[in-house]
Amino acid sequence: MPTLLYFARLRETFGVEHEALPLPSPATVASLLDALRARGGAWAAELAPGRAFRVAVNQRIASADTPIAATDEVAIFPPVTGG
Amino acid sequence: MVEAIQSPHPADRVRVQVEAFDIGAEHARIAALDQGIGAITSFTGLMRDHNSGDAVNAMTLEHYPGMTESALVEIVTLARSRWALQAVTVVHRVGRLLPGDAIVLVLAASAHRGEAFSACEFIMDYLKTQAPFWKKEETPAGNRWVEARSSDDDAAARWGSAGTFARDARHDGLSEGAD
Repeated sequence: MPTLLYFARLRETFGVEHEALPLPSPATVASLLDALRARGGAWAAELAPGRAFRVAVNQRIASADTPIAATDEVAIFPPVTGG
Repeated sequence: MVEAIQSPHPADRVRVQVEAFDIGAEHARIAALDQGIGAITSFTGLMRDHNSGDAVNAMTLEHYPGMTESALVEIVTLARSRWALQAVTVVHRVGRLLPGDAIVLVLAASAHRGEAFSACEFIMDYLKTQAPFWKKEETPAGNRWVEARSSDDDAAARWGSAGTFARDARHDGLSEGAD
C-alpha cells in the first residue's frame, strides 16, 4: 500500500509523520484526498478544496488526477517557504 | 517508486546541509574551474531578527529529503537551459538557525555578467516557490510556521512558464475541477 508522508505544519496538525494507507485500486491523488477528508476534523479542514497545500507522488509535484500505485510514496505539505 | 535523484552538471554543486557554508571557498571552487568564466554572481540569504513586525529569536528549517535535492537540481537544470552557465552552486541549510546565520547560497558563473545575474535571481525565485523547505520561527509569543507569500509566486511568475516543472508546481491546493 502507498506510503504517506506529511511535512511541516500539516505533520504537526495531523499528529502523523508517515503512515501506510490501503486505497481501493485504481487510486489517484483525488481519491486519496477523499479518503483522508473522510476522517473529518483537521483532515477535512486542512485538505478542503481551496486550501493551499501540495501533493507529491514519488517526490514529483502531482495534480488531482495523478495515479497512485501500491508502491508509491505520496507526500502532502504546505506551500514551501525556504530560501 | 521514487526515482533516483537527477545528477547535477559535473561543474555544479547542489547541497542541503546542517553545517554553515564558506562563501569564499565556494567562490574559489568555481573561479578555478574554467578560465572562460568572466562573471560570478552570488546571493546569500540571511536569517533576519524580525518578520511580519515581530521579533524572531531563531528558526528551524525542515525539508523533504530526496525531493528537496531533486527540486534544486531541476531548478539549476532549468537555469542552464535558459542561460550559458559554466557553473552553479546552490547550498541550502536546514535545522535550527539564529539571526545573522546564512541560510542559502547561490553562485552562478558565466562568460558575461548579464547571464550570471539573471541566472542567480531566477534560481532564487524558483527555489523560494518550488523547493520543499519550510521555516518555523521562534518568537516571544511562541513558535509559528512561516506562511508562503504571494509576492514570491509573483517573482517566480515573471520568468514565464519555464517548463512543466514550474507550471505544475505553482498552483495552490488540489481542489478537483475548476479552481
